[in-house]
Amino acid sequence: MTIDDKLFTVKYKPDESSHLRPDLEKCKSCKSKICTTICPAKVYEWEEGEKKLTVNYENCLECGACRIACEKNCINWEYPKGNKGVTFKNG
Amino acid sequence: MTEISNNKTEVIVVGGGPAGIACAVTIARAGHEVILIERGSFAGSKNVFGGAVYAQPIREIFPNFEKEAPIERLNIEHKYAILGNEDSTVISYRHKDTDTPSYSVIRGKFDRWLAEQAKKEGVIVVEETVVRELIIENEQVIGVKTELEEYYSDIVVLADGVNSLLAKQIGFRDKMDPKDVALSVKEVIKLDSQKINERFNLSDDEGCIYEIFGGPMLGMLGLGFIYTNKESISIGLGVGLDALCDRKIKPYELLDELKKHPTIAPLIKDGELLEYSAHLIPEGGYKKIPTLFGAGVMIAGDAAMLVNNLHWEGTNLAMISGKLAGETAIRALVKGDFSEKMLSRYQKELENSFVIKDLKTYRNLMDEAHQRAESFMGYYLEQVNEFFKMFTTVDSVPKRQKYHKFIFDFIKKRNIIELFKDAFSAFKLFWSILIK
Repeated sequence: MTIDDKLFTVKYKPDESSHLRPDLEKCKSCKSKICTTICPAKVYEWEEGEKKLTVNYENCLECGACRIACEKNCINWEYPKGNKGVTFKNG
Repeated sequence: MTEISNNKTEVIVVGGGPAGIACAVTIARAGHEVILIERGSFAGSKNVFGGAVYAQPIREIFPNFEKEAPIERLNIEHKYAILGNEDSTVISYRHKDTDTPSYSVIRGKFDRWLAEQAKKEGVIVVEETVVRELIIENEQVIGVKTELEEYYSDIVVLADGVNSLLAKQIGFRDKMDPKDVALSVKEVIKLDSQKINERFNLSDDEGCIYEIFGGPMLGMLGLGFIYTNKESISIGLGVGLDALCDRKIKPYELLDELKKHPTIAPLIKDGELLEYSAHLIPEGGYKKIPTLFGAGVMIAGDAAMLVNNLHWEGTNLAMISGKLAGETAIRALVKGDFSEKMLSRYQKELENSFVIKDLKTYRNLMDEAHQRAESFMGYYLEQVNEFFKMFTTVDSVPKRQKYHKFIFDFIKKRNIIELFKDAFSAFKLFWSILIK
């Protein structure tokens, strides 16, 4: 089972805009890009061709790991709006 | 109510988890006005944990919860499983304790029930509302700013969880370090109750807890868990975020490895994934407890990093800290004094309770565990399985020869200096836990 299959079991109400805002300029010089590894919802993906970090904020499980792990300390991390984001039925 | 419509109340509690609900209901029972603000669409909808709550502390706040609340199973067995690559050693403690039991619950159901009870007792629960910042005037917290409006209160209690952005805003917390949190991922797997009973040797409504060491987490500060629900199994793991970063591990792949282990796989076989989830666990312990009070503000539960990770306790510390914050709030309201000095009573009460006493007892645990993770969470776990492999294998090699080889290998593989360092570390730790 892939992570996409796992995420398919999660109930979301996505917002129109991202609640996760990394400083994309700083991401370009980040060596580890650790957010792309440790995020349990594969929110962050590095596009090598475009040299750009993609943020699939719709998948976010709101755990906060990226905020703490980011070596550039450059993720502006907020909760999604009140009625948006993830709803755990079996948390 | 007129005061509330003017956006001013006596107490605002931020966060509808166990800490916030315990706090709010304590205040409402004393006849004071309290608003509980929850960002999810219902209390519990943003919450994740392993699985079990402890009856005794909940009874202190909701004496009848065992009859009325949505409970999954009463845990009658704790299994401690040490996994090798293929093999495992499992120690099990079985006892049907109905005096101080633990129950598996699902937060989306259980916390929601707690919040419903709080509503019945006069707490005003405001859902789907995010508190974006605290309103501060003359160095005193006087209210909260949500997306839509400002609410004012005499006291604000922060029970906004492990990420507590509000505690950060007012400088109660330093920036968190990856080693101070564990990242947990969990899968809830549907399985019919008869299969659960057979696989875990249970009768209806009886539950079993697995605490899992080693396996794919070998050498890392991390543990796996299994809890049995009525008709599902919760399986997951929590690993230090620093270890995941250092080793560049995807947490869900680690869980996949755990699920494949020959000791674990048969337990969840043919189950259907109901829900995947993730959450952070505050693991900093006593040394990372933030400032707990200030003028007009107190902080409880995960937001205050109140987790006893060795004993898998969190919700109980959350509820008791919430209750104590609530009791201090009541005193402050009666006196009309919301100063830092008045609210300092909360910290004293916490220090006099098991909450801070226990965290203090284990104050050195995480430092030692981080330094010696490779041995305590790796080498020695491997050796437990090596020992039983040697002890149970019948191969016509004389036993004395086998013992000698085991001891020789045990010392050689780890080297004598490291063994002494481990022993010293263990001694230091036991001393600090048992003596001072």
